[in-house]
Amino acid sequence: MKKAYWIVMIAHAMRRWDFPLIVCVLLLFAAGQVVLMSASPERVETLWGHQALALTALLTAALVPFRWWLRLALPLYLLGVLLLLAVLLFGETTKGATRWLDLGVVRIQPSELMKLAAPMMLAWYFALRRHSLAWWDHVVALMLLAIPAILILKEPDLGTTILVVAAGGFVLFFAGFSWRFIVPLVLVLAVGIGALLVQGDRWCAPGVEWPMLHEYQKQRVCTLLDPHRDPLGKGFHTIQATIAIGSGGAWGKGWREGTQSQLSFVPERHTDFIFAVLAEEFGFFGVALLLSVYTALLLRGAWLAIRSPSWPGMLLGGAVVGTTFVYVFVNVAMVSGMLPVVGVPLPFISYGGTALVTLATGLGLLLSAAAQSAPRGGFSGQRRGI
Amino acid sequence: MPESALGEGSEIARTHRRLWVLVVVMLIGFGLLLGRMYQLQIGEHERFRTLADDNRQAFVPIAPHRGQIFDVRGEALARNVRTYTLELDPAQVKDVEGTIARLSEVVRIEESDHKRFLRQMRDQRGLGSVVIRQHLSDEEVARFVAKKFAFPGVEVQARLIREYPQAEVTAHVVGYLGRINAQEQERLEAEGLTGIYRGTESIGKEGVEAQYERLLHGTPGWELLEVNAAGRAVRLLGRQEAVRGRDLVLTIDARLQRFVLEAFAGRRGAFVALDPRDGGVIAMVSSPSFDPNLFLGGLTQADWERLALSDDKPLFNRALRGTYPPGSTFKPFMAMLGLASGSRQPGQRFDRQGMFEYSGVRLYDRKRNCQSGVDLHRALAFSCNVYFYSLGNELGIDAISAFMEQLGFGRRTGIDLPGEAAGVLPSREWKRQRFNQANQQQWFGGETLSTAIGQGYNAYTPLKMAHALSILVNGGVIRKPHVLAASIDPLTGERVPVAGEVTGFVKLDPAHVDAVLRAMVDGARVGTSARAFAGAAYSLGGKTGTAQVFSLQGRKYDPDATDEDLLDHSWFIAFAPAEEPRIVAAIIVENGGPGGRTAAPLMRQIFDYHFSVAGGKEK
Repeated sequence: MKKAYWIVMIAHAMRRWDFPLIVCVLLLFAAGQVVLMSASPERVETLWGHQALALTALLTAALVPFRWWLRLALPLYLLGVLLLLAVLLFGETTKGATRWLDLGVVRIQPSELMKLAAPMMLAWYFALRRHSLAWWDHVVALMLLAIPAILILKEPDLGTTILVVAAGGFVLFFAGFSWRFIVPLVLVLAVGIGALLVQGDRWCAPGVEWPMLHEYQKQRVCTLLDPHRDPLGKGFHTIQATIAIGSGGAWGKGWREGTQSQLSFVPERHTDFIFAVLAEEFGFFGVALLLSVYTALLLRGAWLAIRSPSWPGMLLGGAVVGTTFVYVFVNVAMVSGMLPVVGVPLPFISYGGTALVTLATGLGLLLSAAAQSAPRGGFSGQRRGI
Repeated sequence: MPESALGEGSEIARTHRRLWVLVVVMLIGFGLLLGRMYQLQIGEHERFRTLADDNRQAFVPIAPHRGQIFDVRGEALARNVRTYTLELDPAQVKDVEGTIARLSEVVRIEESDHKRFLRQMRDQRGLGSVVIRQHLSDEEVARFVAKKFAFPGVEVQARLIREYPQAEVTAHVVGYLGRINAQEQERLEAEGLTGIYRGTESIGKEGVEAQYERLLHGTPGWELLEVNAAGRAVRLLGRQEAVRGRDLVLTIDARLQRFVLEAFAGRRGAFVALDPRDGGVIAMVSSPSFDPNLFLGGLTQADWERLALSDDKPLFNRALRGTYPPGSTFKPFMAMLGLASGSRQPGQRFDRQGMFEYSGVRLYDRKRNCQSGVDLHRALAFSCNVYFYSLGNELGIDAISAFMEQLGFGRRTGIDLPGEAAGVLPSREWKRQRFNQANQQQWFGGETLSTAIGQGYNAYTPLKMAHALSILVNGGVIRKPHVLAASIDPLTGERVPVAGEVTGFVKLDPAHVDAVLRAMVDGARVGTSARAFAGAAYSLGGKTGTAQVFSLQGRKYDPDATDEDLLDHSWFIAFAPAEEPRIVAAIIVENGGPGGRTAAPLMRQIFDYHFSVAGGKEK
């Protein structure tokens, strides 16, 4: 009897596997294989392993009932913070950054866990406080987000910090963070970037010190504004990637025919800069196709989040969609010279197992949150305020 | 459960609205990205295509030939010789490791060769081939050429490499080349010189090779190549020849160097000879020496341990960097001060010179010629200590250090070699800075006495002792010692001689100088070094010296009984010929015992050789 119950339960849960969304992911997986076969053929077999693992993670995460996920939020968050503290105290330092923790058996990167644990924690907190929300709940949520963000920024890992802040920020935004704060924040950012673009030459002159920023951070921003300032150093990556994209033209140079990519002018061509390889070899046509698949995936994801039967499901599902969008936008913008080079991969395409599994698990969470029918009393909020 | 102020379900409506905001933002975002792509790939496509095509052209640097180094008679000290190297072009070889494994069956490839190859391939990452093995023998070349068809992308190349034909004889002066390390790379970057070092792996590390790096290096040329998609050069588009570095001619006489090194016979010590007329260094030997050729291909672990850990410190240039108390070779300069200050007259005689008492301590000098009737002449010729104790005591440390500083003691001579040691000229000020505790910082009168006979804190290099003597010989003119005689323009062949540089002048009365030098001539004729120079075919002046290695604390010093490494250092300084000196030299034999017993006879051999065979006659 018991065995049959589980089969029914799982069969029921398998209905959460949203066909259009999974097809989009598989299309991206296929694109990733094609581009990697050109950029770094010797890694393709490993990529298959990563993709199989990621797909398993997505499907499994979708099978887990969403209320179980919410119960996991607080323990995962606390574990994540503890591990981040451990990284700062005993972590392994490579290339000037301390990101890894050696547990003897495996090496783990706790900041990766935070990409999911932080938005889960915030969604759980808002669910808990749903019926007595006050302005200071947003302050508490901000602080819950600030703790891991600061710990990760100290490693230092700017790329991951941005992604964790984005994930948590989306939960705050969907939970109703006041426009009165959002609008000025966006305005300040926009004005700052605009002013930099206009005044860049004067501010970037050597010897000018910027308040609160290190010299290398100033250099990064300045190199972004004008990569030709440092054509053999930091600017080299951006210039060569832009040349690769531009020289691809409308239809591209053909698979494995990209001179920029094949002659090693494109840096990190199998990881963060893989988009440049695709753009050079498949042209504007290929880029448009790729962006269409992303658009389809994210619109489907947004639709699933909107239809989610539970409020925290909407918050978390929306955050997963929004964060994935940030990945795509920041990566493409940085490879094409619109944003400074921060370590953000192109989702589901860039080579790298950890990021791939995290992203796929995120989508699995979204599918779990979007589950239509709720066994055992549903999610209407009668139990523990949910 | 309190009701939310907004009412049940209103937050869901708001979240829905905001999710739609996200959808709009995402659509705008993708629109922006697509717009940027359109701009790059359609709008500016032509420009970027040209840029990508330009990327297919590569500048390949041509390293310049390094200038060669010759001695004063034209003998090669450092030269470039052709050698065969085995090189692999990573762009043309798919399985690099497998190829090397198969190659090792044809030619010998050591583990160190393999490591160097991997390191260099990583550094070069890109164009050009990488060396697997250097110095292929003719047999190995023949063996490889016979099987060449099996190794596409592997070539035998004829290359120039550095060689030091004199090996140990001029090692410390000429120095050696080594691979550019991270620190040197940083310095080149800071000086904006990375461009002229592209294609070059080595840089001067020591001696003339380091001192005159800029002159020797030359200017690289380049080839502009068109590169195909596989990274292989398909067409030569342009070429600029490299300009070779300048050849250098040194003032050093390699034959004399060889003789001196052999005369030392492995004993620790140093010899420096200067031409007082222009400051040129005729010879600079530090014994034992080392073979600089060992450094060229990267020192092996065994060689490194043998050289660096040896108690004899063969890598250490004692002539330039070793500082020793000068012992009695300091007395001619003290005598000069006695005359210059007016406290002593040349003919002024002193009796009861067997003992000097200073605050209850009795210092004895039992030498037969030093008991009574001691004038300056005899005090120098027979090295009478009491004469100088009382002179030092009268003058005081301030007068001594002020005068010796004028002669350049305690300062570098400024020779054109890297790493010269300054030495120590004791003074009140020096002692204050040297020590931390107040009771040690104070200057004691007894210390003036040991300073006056060249012991105590005094410490100078053999180079400085020869230099100081040449100042006396020149009547006070200070010339900067130099090893470079001329450099040769590689394009015109024009020889640019280096003129001796006068860096200062000490006001000395010619009559006083004459008195001191004549006393030194008698020192070699009838005095402390008379036995060593009996029957010499040339005239000379000299002064022996014995530098205390260690305090005997009242025990009597017996050169026959003391352990060898506690024996005093043996000094001799000399100039010749006496009337018109053409060579001024200083020699020290570590733990050689009294100067008259070891150093002076060695100097005799060297001078005999110099005046009979080598450059004793005018060049």
